[in-house]
Amino acid sequence: MGAGHSHQLYVRGHSPVHRLPPHCKITAVLCFVLVVVATPREALWAFGAYAALLAAVAATARVRPGFLLRRLLIEVPFVAFAVLMPFVAEGEQVRVLGLSLSESGLWGAWNILAKGTLGVAASVLLAATTELRDLLLGLQRLRLPPLLVQIASFMIRYGDVITDEMRRMRVARESRGFTARGVRHWGVLAKTAGALFIRSYERGERVHLAMLSRGYTGTMPVIDDVRATRAQWTYAAALPLAALAVCLTGRTLT
Amino acid sequence: MTPPSLEVSGLAFAYPDGHQALFGVDLTVGRGERVALLGPNGAGKTTLVLHLNGILGGGVGSVRVAGLPVDRKHLAEIRRRVGIVFQDPDDQLFMPTVREDVAFGPAAAGLRGAELRARVAEALSRVGMEAFADRPPHHLSFGQRRRVAVATVLAMEPEILVLDEPSSNLDPASRRELADILRSLDVTVLMVTHDLPYALELCPRAVVLSDGVITADGTTQELLCDEELMRAHRLELPFGFDPRSVVVPGR
Repeated sequence: MGAGHSHQLYVRGHSPVHRLPPHCKITAVLCFVLVVVATPREALWAFGAYAALLAAVAATARVRPGFLLRRLLIEVPFVAFAVLMPFVAEGEQVRVLGLSLSESGLWGAWNILAKGTLGVAASVLLAATTELRDLLLGLQRLRLPPLLVQIASFMIRYGDVITDEMRRMRVARESRGFTARGVRHWGVLAKTAGALFIRSYERGERVHLAMLSRGYTGTMPVIDDVRATRAQWTYAAALPLAALAVCLTGRTLT
Repeated sequence: MTPPSLEVSGLAFAYPDGHQALFGVDLTVGRGERVALLGPNGAGKTTLVLHLNGILGGGVGSVRVAGLPVDRKHLAEIRRRVGIVFQDPDDQLFMPTVREDVAFGPAAAGLRGAELRARVAEALSRVGMEAFADRPPHHLSFGQRRRVAVATVLAMEPEILVLDEPSSNLDPASRRELADILRSLDVTVLMVTHDLPYALELCPRAVVLSDGVITADGTTQELLCDEELMRAHRLELPFGFDPRSVVVPGR
């Protein structure tokens, strides 16, 4: 791609992982996650092997470990529940550092934490090596309903436009001496939100008009056709297949 | 003999709420002409523009583009022939990148592959925006977005280019750049504008639309010098601007 700005999740690069067609990568990540979820939680070493596989992908894609770990923080609010489980779950109790914890709770927490982290890490790698636009092309290629792809691509296009409109409305509010303090001002904020909704709706109508004027008939024309060669599919399949081998070994051993 | 680019005859239209916007408009624009459409707010300019490519219709009268009547049967071809550049480029540029946006029209018409790429490259080079093909539109300046908007319709190789307030919100340099581009194009232009000096600069001929009818049609300089006509239709020149003193550049 040219000199365009990209999303903050994306790491510019020309690694073999970056060059893979997007639909191959999406499929690979999805299969990898399914395999991870299907792994018995007691096979501790298997999760270590998965992490090593992802580390290898990150190294190939030249994504720095620091970047990956920072992006993983997004997971924190979601795993809060997992941390609670050992304290609230029923069943046999074990003593760890002077605390009485439920054994099944500990396993449950480990299960969520390990599988969740691996899934998020795989997604972060996907986002780091694929432009948002390409992700959408990939999804389109994978036969996601076109309407959903269109909605998502308009979201990308108009997100900034609407944020900017919101910022201008805030500036206009504050220029007339308004600052939101407490419940009494919520009404004003709600009206702003309503006005923003109407403006966006009207913009939607104008955009539709512009689309009709250029020959839109309900489906987006194909502009970039992404295709993958057999070699690219094989390359992308390396991750989920390696994970599958680990999973099957784990299942037979436990 | 080639038919005129645009032939509007007896066009009348009322909105579903009963508000009548056009009362019999007659307008012919020859091939290669550049015509300014002037008129006060609420005169029906936008309504007329939306008739040209069949977005609005169902009233009385007829519109022909290069001989082809605007009706349901020919809608796809009509929309290829009439390139409308809307006032807000953020409405016009709806695709994630400039290149895809310019490709949208021709791709909708069935163009693919190398032919499509060539068409996009050509349209972008005509407005001097080749270097920005892979940028998302919202990272461009307003003037650049307006130019890309022009390219999006040029890519369809239209018979007639319809511009809605092309100079609005442009700084003087962008305004001049756009004028240079428009002058360099070999295409029929209908320009809806309040910017009278801009109309004088670019369009040898002007028509005045007022209360839903064409009330004046002549050379732009003549119209702008007719003080009575100007006053009657709420058209005002900017302070200090004297249309008599301007030497109008030729085509």
